Amino acid sequence: MKKGLILIVVLLYFSCSDDDSGYQPTPSPLEIPEIFSTNIIPPVIPSDNPQTVEGIALGKKLFFDKILSTDGTQSCASCHSLQNAFAENLPTSVGVTGISGTRNAMPLFNLAWNYGERFNWDGSALSLERQAEEPVENPIELHSDWDSVINRLQNHPEYPELFQLAFNTSTITKELTTKAIAQFERTLISANSKFDRYTLGLTSLTEQELIGLDIFLREDKGDCFHCHGNPNNPLWTNNDFHNNGLDATFTDLGLGAVTGDSNDNGKFRTPSLRNLAYTAPYMHDGRFATLDEVINHYSEGLQNSPTIDPLMKQIAQGGVQLTTQEKADLKAFLLTLSDPSFLNNPDFQN
Amino acid sequence: MKKLVSLLLSLVLLISCNSSDDSDSNPEVSTTFKFTHNWDGALIRDYNFGPIQYVNAHGESIGFERFRYVISDIVFTKANGEEIELDVYNLVDLTNEVNMEYTPDTQIPIGNYTNVSFTFGLDNEDNAENYIDLNSASFNVPEMMGGGYHYMQFDGKFINSNNEEQGFNYHAIRAVDNVGPNPTFPQDTFFTVNLGPINISNDVEIEVKMNIAEWFKNPNLWDLNVYNQMLMPNSTAQIMMYENGQNVFSLGEVFQ
Repeated sequence: MKKGLILIVVLLYFSCSDDDSGYQPTPSPLEIPEIFSTNIIPPVIPSDNPQTVEGIALGKKLFFDKILSTDGTQSCASCHSLQNAFAENLPTSVGVTGISGTRNAMPLFNLAWNYGERFNWDGSALSLERQAEEPVENPIELHSDWDSVINRLQNHPEYPELFQLAFNTSTITKELTTKAIAQFERTLISANSKFDRYTLGLTSLTEQELIGLDIFLREDKGDCFHCHGNPNNPLWTNNDFHNNGLDATFTDLGLGAVTGDSNDNGKFRTPSLRNLAYTAPYMHDGRFATLDEVINHYSEGLQNSPTIDPLMKQIAQGGVQLTTQEKADLKAFLLTLSDPSFLNNPDFQN
Repeated sequence: MKKLVSLLLSLVLLISCNSSDDSDSNPEVSTTFKFTHNWDGALIRDYNFGPIQYVNAHGESIGFERFRYVISDIVFTKANGEEIELDVYNLVDLTNEVNMEYTPDTQIPIGNYTNVSFTFGLDNEDNAENYIDLNSASFNVPEMMGGGYHYMQFDGKFINSNNEEQGFNYHAIRAVDNVGPNPTFPQDTFFTVNLGPINISNDVEIEVKMNIAEWFKNPNLWDLNVYNQMLMPNSTAQIMMYENGQNVFSLGEVFQ
């Protein structure tokens, strides 16, 4: 009897020790660049999904793993390529079934600073974690289903152990999978462009780049800053939703399809101008192949519609009517927002 | 020795009693400023944005797209002239109904205040500071237009004299001339809003009402066909906004 009791106590001890081993994933808070910490408020990190070394590593493996797709042919990285600042060089993405979608893959960087936490072009995902859910099941993206994905991950030789390390459980769920991916995505920080270094006093801009900045900021010229930020906001986006005059009538309602409010029809999230040298083609449907086409759009190509943003100017004339030289100067400035070190960061490579 | 102990005890009691009496007779309370908006009395909420449904004093029909502004430096003035100034600011965002109520961290003593006031916008000293939350909200004014921050961003549409919809950007900033590397400032365009006397006896909620129609009304009858966009570098327009802004705010209900 006594031996039996001792055995029970020993068994209880070991059964408890699995849960109460004291193991905790290793905290890995984001390294916030100086240009961010001095200019904008801290990033959004959900209290139920803190950054950890193991969570980030797991998220990175999942991001690059084709196991998330129905036939094992595509991963997140298939449409979000590091060489394109995690955007894609196709106008719209092609899913596992070979069908093209209707949207251009958005670049992925500085996502933790999207304070409104509305992701995707149309704001349909209300957190980074939720954003990672939809592409897995979308028939024109990875075309899988979460039950199958969880089954594959659970029976994988490595993943249960990796989830154990990241989340203290080897029972894999959709929620933990997307949490891990979101942790990795939050590490994708870009803050080392020529303009960043200029702001920090580490380099200078050319005369043409400075004139381009002036055009960008002048309300009677480009007036880009009301939506795309300014030197005091290194995100170069307000992450808000605007109809920027692409179409007179809409085939894609954008935010309006999400909110059901016709006043939101044709509105899409302002993309960051950072790294745009790598993120062509442009706009939500990838309609503009080059940066020159984008500048021409705001200069002469605006289309009026009921929801066009009042920040768009001289609509009747097609736009702000920049000269050829002004366009070249503006482009020169915009290219200073490119951060080649982001593309070469080994932490972001598979 | 006995006398000394007695004296010390009395002193301790006296001091402790004084302290207690002070806090009892003049407790400090929290103040909450609640910002409401109307168009000549008709309440305006975020769901009123979009459609062109209001008519300004000049006769143009208008609709709202975006409306946000900064208030700062709240001052409570006592009857003896003493002022309690709270060096604070709040970005009211009617578009998204964010920061519609603002409670400063600092509590104030109860009492009869002959005036409660705040600054619309930021005074020049505050406007030179770096506010990371305002930067994050992309509320900045570019350096070549004087730097600092918008006082107000009011975007919308109106029906112009050709009967066409047109955008307007009624953006109030520090009036600036000579836009460029060496801007100059013809006059200050932030202003003090006096709400008048308030007797504060408890935690209090003070309604601050803004009649948005007033921005178009008095003393300058605002013609949106003339002044609609690119108004930031237009010091004449900025000074007109400053003048029209004098009567947009009023004290609403006070709950305590």
